[in-house]
Amino acid sequence: MGREVIEQTGGAVVRLRRRRRRTPWGTVLLLVLPFIIVYCAFLIYPTVRVITLSFTNSDIAGRGHFIGTENYVRLAHDALFWASLWHTVYFIILTVIPNTLVGLVFALMIMRLHRLRGFVMALLFLPYVLPVSVVTQIWIWVLSAAYGIINFLVHLKVNWFQDPVWAMPSVAFVTVWWTVGFNVLMFIAGLQAIPAEYYEAAALDGADRGFRVFRFFTWPLLWPVTSLVLVLQLILQWQIFNQVYLLTAGGPFNSTIVVLMHMYVQAFTRYRGGYAATISIVLFVLILVTSLLQIRLLRFRRA
Amino acid sequence: MKVRRLSLSSIVVTLFSLVVALAWIFPLYWAVNTSLSVDTKTVQVPPAWFPVPMILDSYQYVIKNTLIIRWYFNSVLTSVVITGAVLLLTVMCAYALSQIKFRGNRFLFLAILAGFMIPGATNVVPLFMFMNKLRLVNSYWGVILPQLVSPLAVVIYKQFFDQMPTELSDAAHMDGAEEMRILFRLFLPLNWGITWALAIILFIGSWNNFFWPFIVINSTRMMTIPIGITQVQSWYGIAYPRQMASAVLAALPTVILYLIFQRRVAEGVAITSGIK
Repeated sequence: MGREVIEQTGGAVVRLRRRRRRTPWGTVLLLVLPFIIVYCAFLIYPTVRVITLSFTNSDIAGRGHFIGTENYVRLAHDALFWASLWHTVYFIILTVIPNTLVGLVFALMIMRLHRLRGFVMALLFLPYVLPVSVVTQIWIWVLSAAYGIINFLVHLKVNWFQDPVWAMPSVAFVTVWWTVGFNVLMFIAGLQAIPAEYYEAAALDGADRGFRVFRFFTWPLLWPVTSLVLVLQLILQWQIFNQVYLLTAGGPFNSTIVVLMHMYVQAFTRYRGGYAATISIVLFVLILVTSLLQIRLLRFRRA
Repeated sequence: MKVRRLSLSSIVVTLFSLVVALAWIFPLYWAVNTSLSVDTKTVQVPPAWFPVPMILDSYQYVIKNTLIIRWYFNSVLTSVVITGAVLLLTVMCAYALSQIKFRGNRFLFLAILAGFMIPGATNVVPLFMFMNKLRLVNSYWGVILPQLVSPLAVVIYKQFFDQMPTELSDAAHMDGAEEMRILFRLFLPLNWGITWALAIILFIGSWNNFFWPFIVINSTRMMTIPIGITQVQSWYGIAYPRQMASAVLAALPTVILYLIFQRRVAEGVAITSGIK
């Protein structure tokens, strides 16, 4: 359709000398203001407010007064906060790397398929479109200690989500199951972008053995996608809350409390708005640093 | 036409992938299987692999005895409003940024780009206080408003509009068309593809959103479906078939959307993640 329009108006375009139009301010404001208002009210304002709140002893209704850096001093001595930070890092280690590797393996596998490619892709991606609570309910049942199908198949009686050793790895496993489809999709897009000539050249060089081709051609050419996948997951997993809350609720014995959950409890069960804001700030900074890393990577990709 | 050789290795890879993929979604099959079985079958050893006889009692129970219909309504309402409103807000803003020269254009764009780096989850405390002040806690607007911010959609639309040939809008201006008309009669129809992809991603995203509705809603009647189904458990202890029935019902809309619009979903994911 686009081309038709251009052809129809082609004659006019040639004759058209780019006139300087006066800025139609009325229209501009009509177009941009709705978004700007929403953007300022629900993104900029809360972001500024979370900073100012962190220096107050506000409750969850926002009533309180300035107390300087007291919250930050308290945070530095909050053992549960440091534990939650470590649990978050542990969760990130348990999810980001396996999720990336499994995603890559699945993508390489799918690329070798012909007729079944779409079908296999659809099955592996399907869990990604489910709501988190559906995912957790299904896995609570599948991994239940007494009648879970997994325990039946492997002849164990482990209470996966309530076992101090297995709780976090189990949550991580469920997360990989849920989200790997996203990584598969990214890697397939990346693999399809590698020109076939590279492989032909590789074959001419005698590098026809699968692993050598992967090691010296596919992996380096895919690295921009891999790094993007890693950073996107990192940004997301710093904010881990839902699965942990729904699967273990932070237990057993606080062994799976993560940073956002600590913030949630402080804010909405202890009503300490100011202190919860302080915890948010730490998370915010961690994510900001990760985002800046992403921007560098994206620049690198374009260059 | 080239005849594809059926090598042994390709058969092995195909079979292997099929097994892996089916094993991967086995938990979904298991949920459906359980939801169609009677309670007593879920505790039998060895487990029953197929839902024979198939019964719908759990579904009937969940529909009759929980607020699942209401949660569905809440989810449909909020997700549709969010999707529609986000598309409208962002397409307008992106059009202005892309096609109209005005003072502050560049600054505005950079300010929106900066919004990328702000993670939603760390803002919930001040957002909750704000909603509380506006008396919107536990209301539809409370769920909807904070989800309307999508700087990403602005940037994506702008990228697509930037690629439109300048002759197009010049010609439209020659014809005396106003900006609004050009946007809605020309630019939007020419970019239906990206709008569809964004719409599906936004809809699935807001349907599945857990954290914010979980915080801003505090009555069972106002819950969206992902929050609501977590209540099913506490209502009658642990009864796996009922729980699985409610999970299956909650998952149905996004699964159906995905199965119908597979390519669009894949496209949307690729675009919103920055790989395309």
